[in-house]
Amino acid sequence: MSLLAVTHLASASAWAVYAVGALMALAGAAGVVLQRNPVHCALALVTTIFGIALLFIDQGADFLAAVQVIVYAGAIVILFLFVIMLLGVDRKEQRAPEKLKGLIPVAVLVGVVALAELLVLVRVHYWATGSKAGAGALNGPGENVQKLGQSIFTAYLLPFEMTSALLVIAVVAAVVLVRRPSPAPPGPERRTVVGGREPARSGPAPAKATVAERSAPTGRGSGASSGAEQSGPTGEVVR
Amino acid sequence: MVNAAYAIVAFPLLGFIINLVSGRRLGEPAAGWVGTVAAGGSFVSTLIVWVTMLGRPADNRFADLTIFTWFPVAGLHVNAGILVDPLSMTMALFVTGVSTAIHMYSIGYMHRDPGFDRFFVYLNLFLFSMIVLVLADNFLFSFLGWEGVGFCSYGLVGFWFQRQTAAVAAKKAFVTNRVGDVGFLLAMFLMFAHFGSLNYSSVLGTLSHGHATGLLVAAPGAIKGTTATAITLLLFLGAVGKSAQIPLYIWLPDAMEGPTPISALIHAATMVTAGVYLMVRVAPLLHYAHATSWVIACVGAATALLAATIACSQDDIKKALAYSTISQLGYMFLAVGAGDYVDGVFHMLTHAFFKALLFLAAGAVIHALADHQNMKEMGGLRKYLPITAVTFGVGWLAISGIPPLAGFWSKDAVLSSAWQMNKVLWVIGVFTAGLTAYYMSRQFALVFTGQARWEEARPAAVASHEQHEAEGHDAVEGHEATGPGLPAPAHAEARPKDPTWTMSVPLIVLAIAAVLGGGINFPAWHMDYLTRFLSPLFPAGTSVTISTGTKWALSLLTTAVALTGLGLGLSTWRTAEHPRLEPNFLRRAWYFDALVSATVSGPLRLAASGLAFVMDRKVVDGLVNGTARALGASGRALRHLQNGYVRTYALGIGVGLVVLLAYLTFRVGN
Amino acid sequence: MTVPGAWYLVLAACLFGIGAVGLLVRRNILVMYMCIELMLNAVNLTFVTFSRMLNDLGGQDAVFFILVVAAAEVVVGLGIIVSIYRRRSGATADDISSLKG
Repeated sequence: MSLLAVTHLASASAWAVYAVGALMALAGAAGVVLQRNPVHCALALVTTIFGIALLFIDQGADFLAAVQVIVYAGAIVILFLFVIMLLGVDRKEQRAPEKLKGLIPVAVLVGVVALAELLVLVRVHYWATGSKAGAGALNGPGENVQKLGQSIFTAYLLPFEMTSALLVIAVVAAVVLVRRPSPAPPGPERRTVVGGREPARSGPAPAKATVAERSAPTGRGSGASSGAEQSGPTGEVVR
Repeated sequence: MVNAAYAIVAFPLLGFIINLVSGRRLGEPAAGWVGTVAAGGSFVSTLIVWVTMLGRPADNRFADLTIFTWFPVAGLHVNAGILVDPLSMTMALFVTGVSTAIHMYSIGYMHRDPGFDRFFVYLNLFLFSMIVLVLADNFLFSFLGWEGVGFCSYGLVGFWFQRQTAAVAAKKAFVTNRVGDVGFLLAMFLMFAHFGSLNYSSVLGTLSHGHATGLLVAAPGAIKGTTATAITLLLFLGAVGKSAQIPLYIWLPDAMEGPTPISALIHAATMVTAGVYLMVRVAPLLHYAHATSWVIACVGAATALLAATIACSQDDIKKALAYSTISQLGYMFLAVGAGDYVDGVFHMLTHAFFKALLFLAAGAVIHALADHQNMKEMGGLRKYLPITAVTFGVGWLAISGIPPLAGFWSKDAVLSSAWQMNKVLWVIGVFTAGLTAYYMSRQFALVFTGQARWEEARPAAVASHEQHEAEGHDAVEGHEATGPGLPAPAHAEARPKDPTWTMSVPLIVLAIAAVLGGGINFPAWHMDYLTRFLSPLFPAGTSVTISTGTKWALSLLTTAVALTGLGLGLSTWRTAEHPRLEPNFLRRAWYFDALVSATVSGPLRLAASGLAFVMDRKVVDGLVNGTARALGASGRALRHLQNGYVRTYALGIGVGLVVLLAYLTFRVGN
Repeated sequence: MTVPGAWYLVLAACLFGIGAVGLLVRRNILVMYMCIELMLNAVNLTFVTFSRMLNDLGGQDAVFFILVVAAAEVVVGLGIIVSIYRRRSGATADDISSLKG
């Protein structure tokens, strides 16, 4: 029995599901914004994510609901918590006085106005053109996962490949970003002339390493900082 | 031989060019003779043309020659043309005649002056401009001459420009003239607007009966009274500037800084009469503008009186004559205003004779006394300067209006027309005549009779006389190397003597003219030549029509007043010290100059400083600097958008989002 | 009969608004980041709602990709945050203001 059948519940229960999902989402959102402790904010975010997942299921996006929970709640928020714990941000309250006075009221005003306009737009939704994307119909024969997979791997193949590349790049970027610059190696042959070459080193001349070059998980790598002599052919310590 | 009219214009131009190019090489006295010959040639040509004109019948003494087309612009066609008609011939005759005499006089007077050649360059240029002024056949070409004489006056008054006073006086003369020229220009604009042309034949001739020869007789209804009044008033403004009437007379006394021949030529005989000529020329227009005629007459009378009062207390021999000139010019305008154009011209003629004579004689006196001009330091000179004394005496009697000299006839004619117009004006005229006789007698007495006060002032003069006799050096010549007012070289102090023949001959000639000049327009025995000569030009009904008996009575009265003034002057001024007769306000010319400074230059200076310090510094600079400051300020204000705080940037994005959504909302809603 | 789509859209709008305000108001960088995630979730919900309303699978495909990109973005963003926090702990968003004019 597909989850689609679940959607044919009686009105009351449909409303109940909606209400629960909406409540969870809103409560979580409020919590993210209002909680002092960042860890509490992260947990509130999880609540929001669960609520959204519920609403996804309610609308027949089963796969997406699952992915939402697994990826968002299971990975992203965990990552947030890792960083929070790592940096110890939760211990310090934000005691610094507000430097930008008047920002909060204006911000609230902006948010309220934006919200109001969005609601108005929701009401006057004449601009829905109804033209079909090339992905196919939502309803119809087949499971949701099957249809979704078919559309991704045929109609949206290019975006799929690009996003996979993006993921790889993101990993590399993360590694690069948090790397500390390595200290200068002490050595008798070391010249004090900046910019001069060290002739004893027979390794390859320090060249500008590209990110792709460094993606190979070797302990060796030439200094990526162009021209900086202190990054000799020593192993980088990746933190 | 009407084509000789071209020669009238060409001769002085030629002389000017020759002296300009090679005057320095020619040197003294050749440059002077070049100038004199040029002037003489012009005079002879004028005589030829005049005789030719006389040979024609009275209503055909008219010729219009074109030298070249000056500019034909759409709607305005201006020629450089010569109009030969009775009025222009009369003017040309006496202008060239007196000029020739004065050219010759100047050869002697400007002896040893380092600017000798420059003097004659200017003099010929002046003659050329004056000829153009009187002979032109349209207002614009005449205006060219008008401006030319103004410029030459500037150059010649400031001839000894190293002297501060001379330079300032030259500037004053020019600028005051220019104030009047505004009137002339505006009048020309009006004329063009109304008549579509600036030619005499178009402007003045259309007021005629359309006579083929363009003689100027008024026709009814050709022009509106207000337009005519406006044009003539503006022209009169120009005349006031050029002919030194109230309130633009202040330049003439100061113009005495120039050499005496200049004072004689320009500021007595020719340039200052240009204004009178102009008003006489536009007689047809004045026929329609009675208001202007009244203005002219009143201004003339007032000026005559004012100047005469001032002349009574002047010490400088030339300044006294200058005020006398202003006064006599007032008489001319009185005649013109009264509608008696012929007698205005008549008085202009006789005045040219005796005023030039007086100036030249004064020049001889100044020359003889080594450039000392203070009459209080002269006296008893008739023993030493007999010719000068006699000629000056002739001029004195002429100007005082003593019959049968020329001045009596012309002044009498002027006063008759004044009587016809308004008795008050006549009274002013008669009183002024009395004053004229008084101050001229004062002048004569101070200079030529009485004690030889100059001996006390400069006792070295007598002592060095023998020394100069031994050297054979003529006392008259050689002191003007430095010009009047500058310290004269010591060798020039000597016994005063009569001048050389180049200076005496003109004096004598002019004296004869002053005696016989009345014959030009003698009111009896059909000797009213001038009237008959000029009458075709002037609208009918403007001649003086008072009975002969009245005329004789008035003449007798005027003569009696003049004789009284003469006697008073002579008797009072045998001694030179009468401070109560010379109050300060008269010596300072009723403080008119101070008044002008206060009312005109004061506010002008205020306006200039206002413009400089307020307008320029605050407004203009403020605008420029203010723009820069505003840009800087706006930059500093906008800089706060980039304060580095991410949250404000995010807020900016939020605001942009709101705007975008608003656009979508309201666009969709429509 | 299911709940009309408009309700979901309203909910998504509210979540978005709350996320936006929270982004502007909070100073802790990590919490700001979480608000960004909140906004992304709201967008996801909108997409899915429209997918159902228009009977079109494209909306769910979009959500799929948005999820992937969000994950990558979180990785990079946290990397940046970590490298900033290395220098001084307790830094807030306001302290990173050296790029001012």
